[in-house]
Amino acid sequence: MAEYQNLFTAVQATGPLGDGVPLPKGDWRRSGKPFLWHLIGRIGNAQIGPVYLGGLGVASLVFGTLAFNIIGFNMLASVDWSPLRLVQQLFWLALEPPAPEYGLSIPPLAQGGWWIITGFLLTLSIMLWWARTYRRARQLGLGTHVAWAFAAAIWLYLVCGFFRPLLMGSWSEAVPFGIFPHLDWVSALSLRHGNLFYNPFHALSIVFLYGSVLLFAMHGATILAVGRYGGEREIEQIVDRGTASERAALFWRWTMGFNATMESIHRWAWWFAVLCPLTGGIGILLTGTVVDNWYLWSMKHGVVPSYPQVFPISVDPALLGAK
Amino acid sequence: MAMLSFERKYRVRGGTLVGGDLFDFWVGPFYVGFFGITTAFFSLLGTTMIIWGAAMGPTWNLWQISIAPPDLSYGLAMAPLMEGGLWQIITVCAIGAFSSWALREVEICRKLGMGYHVPVAFSFAILGYVTLQVIRPVLLGAWGHAFPYGIYSHLDWVSNVAYQYLHFHYNPWHMIAASLFFATTLALSMHGGLVLSSTNPGKGLAVKTPEHEDTFFRDFIGYSVGTLGIHRLGLFLALASVWFAAMCIVVSGPFWTRGWPEWWGWWLNLPIWGH
Repeated sequence: MAEYQNLFTAVQATGPLGDGVPLPKGDWRRSGKPFLWHLIGRIGNAQIGPVYLGGLGVASLVFGTLAFNIIGFNMLASVDWSPLRLVQQLFWLALEPPAPEYGLSIPPLAQGGWWIITGFLLTLSIMLWWARTYRRARQLGLGTHVAWAFAAAIWLYLVCGFFRPLLMGSWSEAVPFGIFPHLDWVSALSLRHGNLFYNPFHALSIVFLYGSVLLFAMHGATILAVGRYGGEREIEQIVDRGTASERAALFWRWTMGFNATMESIHRWAWWFAVLCPLTGGIGILLTGTVVDNWYLWSMKHGVVPSYPQVFPISVDPALLGAK
Repeated sequence: MAMLSFERKYRVRGGTLVGGDLFDFWVGPFYVGFFGITTAFFSLLGTTMIIWGAAMGPTWNLWQISIAPPDLSYGLAMAPLMEGGLWQIITVCAIGAFSSWALREVEICRKLGMGYHVPVAFSFAILGYVTLQVIRPVLLGAWGHAFPYGIYSHLDWVSNVAYQYLHFHYNPWHMIAASLFFATTLALSMHGGLVLSSTNPGKGLAVKTPEHEDTFFRDFIGYSVGTLGIHRLGLFLALASVWFAAMCIVVSGPFWTRGWPEWWGWWLNLPIWGH
């Protein structure tokens, strides 16, 4: 048992590399000559490429690259065009949305105009990538489940950067582009609206986030554990149940009294992953628009715990007339 | 009948770690085993303690019930039952129940001729819990640093502890952990979606093959990790998430006591930047 835990591929079979299932008439040709990368092959497939570009893919990459570069050059401008400062302060730099006084109007380029343009280009890029996800599946005769899962993520992206700012009447509510600045945005939003932990949709979103990680740990581990019975051949196991599926199912049945099937575990997976941004997006959309303060909202609905008084009562300085 | 159509032939004796044949039986769908008995013991005792704590507390409101650890003044000593002693017993019961559950999974793996991946993976979750409730409080010198058992009170704990470090998002291990949590969820959605799209291609269409799956992902992003690789990748991402999450909290306090934004000073002050 010790010598076979199925963590790495010990022997890699190599042979002529293929382009895969033929594409229907009218599609572009695939790009790049496939090659093998041994180290990657220790874990997954060793074959890299080819890739299908297509009109949607090229357009998406063009708009995405434009957005990326506008962000980069705005950051560079903010450090007086010093490449050294750009590297040093990269995590702190941002392309910020317009200030509150601009509302939903279009400000000058340097006052948030670039942010609006970037947001537009990035959204365009993402939408084209979504269309590509959908189309690549259809062209191979597959269902469109991956594309619809992607759509759930786009929903959260649009809520944060478009729908909520629209409802709040100001682009300034949107997320800045930048590593620390977008984290600052998250904290500021939470603090401004009475702690997002008291937002039940945030709680649901976290449940599905952690639940997804739990599910993938359970599923990945289960399939690897029945690897010696061919458990990773999931499609075959779904249409013609074998001993790998039976053992995997019985493991969970005996452990927790319930089991999924080889197909249904992937439905659990899809729904948990999709519900994470779906519920999260609802929570963000309601924040500041329908509910101003989640703590007070939770007080009203009787879910906030009370704690024993262990510190002396302090008076809010604002009540003492301090300015 | 609790058995699945194919289940009977798998219900064989043996594979136990402790107790031989004594506890080698099933109750309904559940396998029992020695560790099933200990799981039941610890979880029943722990749950009873929680209910007792709730009964002694100010509310039966499910959202507001909270069983707090001892006050910091108790340090690492035992506390009176209603002063955090219950919390201590519950914590012992939880660790006992989680460990028993993992060992019971090991016995089930042995019975079914499976690898130990699931109990090993579950051990990471137990490690996360032990890091929060034992390792970090011990390093800080008081059980009072652990989180309380309550639905909203544990969220308050997370919030309060995080703001003690001004802005927890700047904690680099928290950044890595959060990225891994998102990456795992992304990978899960793509794996689930891909398998469903192959087996549910639409009315009148034939079920597709792993060759189609590989082709889709190569067309899509230039690489397909493959049917075996995705489960290794998913398991790795999930376990790495938990590992870095445990890291990010155990360093907060025992190894770093200032605000997390300040931690990044080392980078800004590297000698390579000049003036």
